[in-house]
Amino acid sequence: MSYISLSDKDKKEMLDKIGISTVDELFTSVPENIKLKKLLDVPAALSEPELVDKLKEIAKKNKNAGLLSFLGAGAYQHYIPVVVDYLSSRGEFVTPYTPYQPEVSQGTLQVIFEFQTLICQLTGMDIANASLYDGASGAAEAVLMANRLTRKEKILVASTLHPQYRQVIQTYTRNLGLSIEEIDFVNSGKIDTEQLAKKIGEETAAVVCQSPNFFGIVEDIKTISDIAHKKNALSVCVVAEPLSLGILEPPGKLGADIVTGEAQTFGMPLSFGGPYLGFMACSEKYLRQFPGRIAGQTKDVDGKQGYVLTLSTREQHIRRERATSNICTNQALCLLRATIFLETLGKCGLRDMAAHNLYKADYARQKISEVKGVEARFSGTSFNEFVLSFNRPWVEIESSLREKLIIGGYDLQKDYPGLKNCALFCVTEIHKKEDIDKLAKILDEILRQ
Amino acid sequence: MIREPLIFEITDPGKKAFSMPELDVPERKDLLKDIPSREEIKDFPQVSEIEIVRHFTRLSKTNYCIDEGFYPLGSCTMKYNPKVNEKVAALDGFTSSHPYAALDVNQGNLEVLKTTEKLLQQITGMDAFTLQPSAGAQGELVGMMLIRACLEDRGDPRKIVLIPDSAHGTNPSSAHTCGYQVQEVKSNESGTIDVDDLAKVISEDVAAVMITNPNTLGIFENDINKITEIVHAKGGFVYMDGANMNALLGICRPGDMGADVIHLNLHKTFSTPHGGGGPGSGPVGVKKNLEPFLPVPLIEQNEGIYSFNYERPKSIGRVRAFYGNFLVIVKALAYILSLGAEGLKEVSEIAVLNANYIRKKLEGIYHLKYSTPALHECVFSDKFQKKYGVQNLDIAKRLIDLDMHPPTMSFPLIVHGALMIEPTETESKRDLDLFTDAMQQIAEEAREDPEILKLAPHKSYVRRLDETFAARNPILRWQLTQE
Repeated sequence: MSYISLSDKDKKEMLDKIGISTVDELFTSVPENIKLKKLLDVPAALSEPELVDKLKEIAKKNKNAGLLSFLGAGAYQHYIPVVVDYLSSRGEFVTPYTPYQPEVSQGTLQVIFEFQTLICQLTGMDIANASLYDGASGAAEAVLMANRLTRKEKILVASTLHPQYRQVIQTYTRNLGLSIEEIDFVNSGKIDTEQLAKKIGEETAAVVCQSPNFFGIVEDIKTISDIAHKKNALSVCVVAEPLSLGILEPPGKLGADIVTGEAQTFGMPLSFGGPYLGFMACSEKYLRQFPGRIAGQTKDVDGKQGYVLTLSTREQHIRRERATSNICTNQALCLLRATIFLETLGKCGLRDMAAHNLYKADYARQKISEVKGVEARFSGTSFNEFVLSFNRPWVEIESSLREKLIIGGYDLQKDYPGLKNCALFCVTEIHKKEDIDKLAKILDEILRQ
Repeated sequence: MIREPLIFEITDPGKKAFSMPELDVPERKDLLKDIPSREEIKDFPQVSEIEIVRHFTRLSKTNYCIDEGFYPLGSCTMKYNPKVNEKVAALDGFTSSHPYAALDVNQGNLEVLKTTEKLLQQITGMDAFTLQPSAGAQGELVGMMLIRACLEDRGDPRKIVLIPDSAHGTNPSSAHTCGYQVQEVKSNESGTIDVDDLAKVISEDVAAVMITNPNTLGIFENDINKITEIVHAKGGFVYMDGANMNALLGICRPGDMGADVIHLNLHKTFSTPHGGGGPGSGPVGVKKNLEPFLPVPLIEQNEGIYSFNYERPKSIGRVRAFYGNFLVIVKALAYILSLGAEGLKEVSEIAVLNANYIRKKLEGIYHLKYSTPALHECVFSDKFQKKYGVQNLDIAKRLIDLDMHPPTMSFPLIVHGALMIEPTETESKRDLDLFTDAMQQIAEEAREDPEILKLAPHKSYVRRLDETFAARNPILRWQLTQE
């Protein structure tokens, strides 16, 4: 296939205009010793029908069709209203660049402005940005921001923060002289706030915790924030499943200074982990150290309301090495999907969906805990995920479930050696009561063997 | 066109665009007593479905996009985004796969990643790739982290990263985020790196030199052999920003010119749509010596079975959750497979031909600071128009009236009043001619009626916006009190 629009006649006329006879003459600045003498070794070009066949064939090697899955752990299955795909696939949204020329980018800019508003409403914070790459890099950016704001180097991170988010924080901070210390969890599944109170000191820049945490349990953000504030540290709240904010008190009301997280849940399909949608919100007083792009409202020469990318003196293209982040391209199209998703669900729909998650996960937890050989591992209240502890190795149960076309939970022993034979299950509004009952029944059969 | 209101301005209690099925499990409201719950999300949207559809359809119409016309943003490579790539990336087998599902459920995904890695190795001449970085800037950060990890492994991370004055702002910012001091290298009269200056500032404190090749003027660094020699002689690394790789496909390879680490922008060279600012994808390629430091996991293939390798003691770790912007990678793979070797080479040949055609037609009409031959883009300035009080901004805004997207402006910083034009290979001669005609018309208007330029655009949905006001009085969200 070729996407070139020049005919041979066009090429000839253009070469004549330039005053050369072959295209090769345009590459004389490339030294001969590095010029390729033969074609690249890549497969022969495919026509459109061949390409579609080829990719269908590869996609089919993913054996996920018809499986009933209870996996969450930072990537959530939710119903996506039809209008999300319909509207977000418009070429006017898909094919422009970053809105550097606001007069011809008002659609993208107003969507960003609405997204920023929605994130503020959900998190209870003053300001939000126009997205970051994902929840994990968002958590890392929040840590760097806390370090800039407090000029302190010690970071306390909840062990109940998503394991991959903790890894990314490590990667981002390693070269910058920050020290990271983890806070254990207790039997409720929440972090050990007594240990936090002991470990925190005046040298602490931030306390980073996730709620609902990696085990699905709602953390006590108020208590954690109070402990942080007593030592002049910032409280960073990570939200990996922001659907929970449809029903939970927003972190901004509970003392969080920076709220960041992953908004895949708002209209992004699972897609093997990406593209997803990092978001960040904070108090207005921290604006100057806030990373990422921000849209702001203004007026044009006729007084008509419009939007522009603003406060760019924080950003790399103006400030270069002194920028608040190196981020440039972010996740704009994912932001659009989230905006359509949230505005379509609306005030009632979002709350209803959140409530269904809460009730269904609770039903599932109770139902499955009744199975002999299974116990709910933690006592804390969870949103749409919960940890089950089994009386035999999880890997064995997992493969038996697979034979029954079920993908069970996430194996926690990999990241938490103390959680032997434990798995994290996720139940959302897409699971019907009969799906949950089926899981309980099959687990019962497996564990009786 | 009348202003499209914010969704919050058309919200009314009781309106709905979505409803949930009946709850089929017990509604345990008592649970809400155990957790801090909220009564409602104050002022959250409440509209009907048709209002949603019209809102976003109307908003979309205020955007200019590649599907509509010429979009010559320099260094952004705004080429046509093939529609078939969107279709194959939307296949259910890809979109419904959970990143934590067992490996045997996800073999197709791993095949996509491994195949793409191998193709990118072949295209760039690098030995190994990671597809994890989410965009170019994160790729740069990974690249610098790899260099630092390798130097630390040798005993000294070093202190300085050298960056040409023509570089994109993410370069210094990424180096800084990796804990390095940034030092600038001057460009010479021909717009390339001043090799003498480089030889003077290079030392054993220099961890790396970050170069963009072709550089942001579109000029190939023809001293590249000397540059890599100078840097390598002092034990430093050469980082090549691959933002402009669209000029080099099948022509020459970074790996053959001495680059130790590069990043690519799949959303530039490999045709994946920019989406109004992402999602992108910024794969990083390295030579053998840096391979042990790549982010985890690595994908391996054994007897036709793909798996993840996390046992990488020297790895820098992860820079994001999961395995990268996977669907973007699917689209780039589809693009490479559809073009083949000859098609890839043709991309760069025609991209360079188109740029040189524009340059030839506008030379003399607009000022060209550097007369050095360039490849896929050309950087003019507003110097000739300045005498009529017209700036590059005015020229850019007038192009909007003529139904075209403006070029990249005021960048690179070494060209005052820059207009950086990159047509890409997918434009027709007719569109190139319409553009140069428009630019010629604007040059005439600058002489005869400069006011028309200073007040441009005249016919867009909004006219020139007050950016200073926006920055001085930040209104960053809608609030009820505004009304």
